[in-house]
Amino acid sequence: MDDLAPDDLLRTLAPQVVGVLTRRYGDFGAAEDAVQEALIAALDQWPRDGVPANPRGWLVQVASRRLVEQIRGDAARRAREERVLADRSATPPGTVSGDDTLVLLFLCCHPSLTTPSAIALTLRSVGGLTTAEIARAFLVPEATMAQRISRAKARIAASRLPFRLPEPAEREARLAAVLHVLYLIFNEGYTAGGVELQRRDLAREAIRLARLVTRLLPADGEAAGLLALMLLTDARRDARADAHGLPVPLAEQDRTRWDRASIDEGIALLTRTLPRNAPGPYQVQAAIAAVHDEAASAEATDWPQILALYDVLERMADNPVVTLNRAVATAMTHGPSAGLSLLATLDDRLPNNHRLAAARAHLHEMSGDTSAAIREYRRAADLTPSVPERLYLTARAAHLTP
Amino acid sequence: MKYMMLMQYSAAGTDFPDIASWSADEVRAHVAFMRDYNAKLVADGELVDAQGLASPATARIVRAGADGAPVVTDGPFPETKEWLAGYWIVDVETEGRALELAAAASAAPGPQGRPLNMPIEVRPIGSEPEV
Repeated sequence: MDDLAPDDLLRTLAPQVVGVLTRRYGDFGAAEDAVQEALIAALDQWPRDGVPANPRGWLVQVASRRLVEQIRGDAARRAREERVLADRSATPPGTVSGDDTLVLLFLCCHPSLTTPSAIALTLRSVGGLTTAEIARAFLVPEATMAQRISRAKARIAASRLPFRLPEPAEREARLAAVLHVLYLIFNEGYTAGGVELQRRDLAREAIRLARLVTRLLPADGEAAGLLALMLLTDARRDARADAHGLPVPLAEQDRTRWDRASIDEGIALLTRTLPRNAPGPYQVQAAIAAVHDEAASAEATDWPQILALYDVLERMADNPVVTLNRAVATAMTHGPSAGLSLLATLDDRLPNNHRLAAARAHLHEMSGDTSAAIREYRRAADLTPSVPERLYLTARAAHLTP
Repeated sequence: MKYMMLMQYSAAGTDFPDIASWSADEVRAHVAFMRDYNAKLVADGELVDAQGLASPATARIVRAGADGAPVVTDGPFPETKEWLAGYWIVDVETEGRALELAAAASAAPGPQGRPLNMPIEVRPIGSEPEV
């Protein structure tokens, strides 16, 4: 672990140190604040002075001192506290299991928090990112993000959640919330189109956290499935946008630019997991991504298999976006008119949705109905919130203009 | 001194043809220009923020109802010929510099690479009175 670069080392140690302090003092909010200050001190000192011999002990000691300063005003008492702390922080590294990190993840992704708050708190407490970094990644002012995080902590304090793993009966539902938060962090980093460096860092962080969960819960198929899905999707990052930042659709991507190592790792994970249990939605989505990634060209894609997987996925959860994707797979397998009639069932469920319009445009284009395709591309361009996507769809419509 | 530069888009196509009729290469050239332009603002330390706005079709007009709850209607109406396409907030030393920057953005390339000369409103951002 000590071979890691200071940034990565800090991110690995951060949740452990929050765990130690929360256990010791029973105040998650204060512990988290103190660790954040210790991290900032380390980011400043370590690259300059070198990583200390016992980095975790260093962080525990600095953060404890901050915490003690916060909760005790009395100087004499503080000195006594610090002497005690100095003794205790001599615990050798490695004695803390990953359990603290897992407890922290469950705490940060608690259902009593709103999703944006859970994401921010997870990135800070478990991810070890600074508030400024998280604010930059989500394109909001630092003060806004700081406020969001402190509200989330106040909420956790008010709900008096104990710092331990949830009861086994509740654990599965709570794990689903954890995985969902990681999935959203990844999407936030990925949907930016691979142009913004900050956002790409967010995808990388989501992968790092998903790896962590997979290591802590090696028997959980969905955790592995989520990691595989992220790896298999992230593998295409360099091919997803052109030099101007406009999106490049899957069928037109330069597949030699896909990251082979990520694909291999994702497929190996899936191969290990899929036969072991009844696969959940993340594993099925990862399997779909794997079929795309394994195809040598867009034409060589095994669409019948993708269609079968979307059938499975749709049976797990009634989600109109899944139906939309299934319609595209249907068109690729049975022709565009079969796909279009499936899309027709979605108008009520996805009103004014740019993805529905874009899918329809694409299928009209496939069937040779140029004027319908132009109409739907323009409609999709009008409806999308993404400016690069709007320009791409507009250019696509223009390309078809006779 | 901070200025907001508001980029108007003429939907009626009076100044230049609707962007939907540009070729893919013309759209790319336009995007490349804007990216370079923004990168230079960053390099010169003059950029505060810049965003392109989603299409007016996605806009909503909101008023407070009797009980204070939002009353929402669909935003800019079909007869609107011009809409706000995006904005920059720049922090520059003089108004002259803001006008210069706006002129440079206005010259972004359109069809056949010719400058669009699109209208850009330049307005000082209100600030607290100096004490």
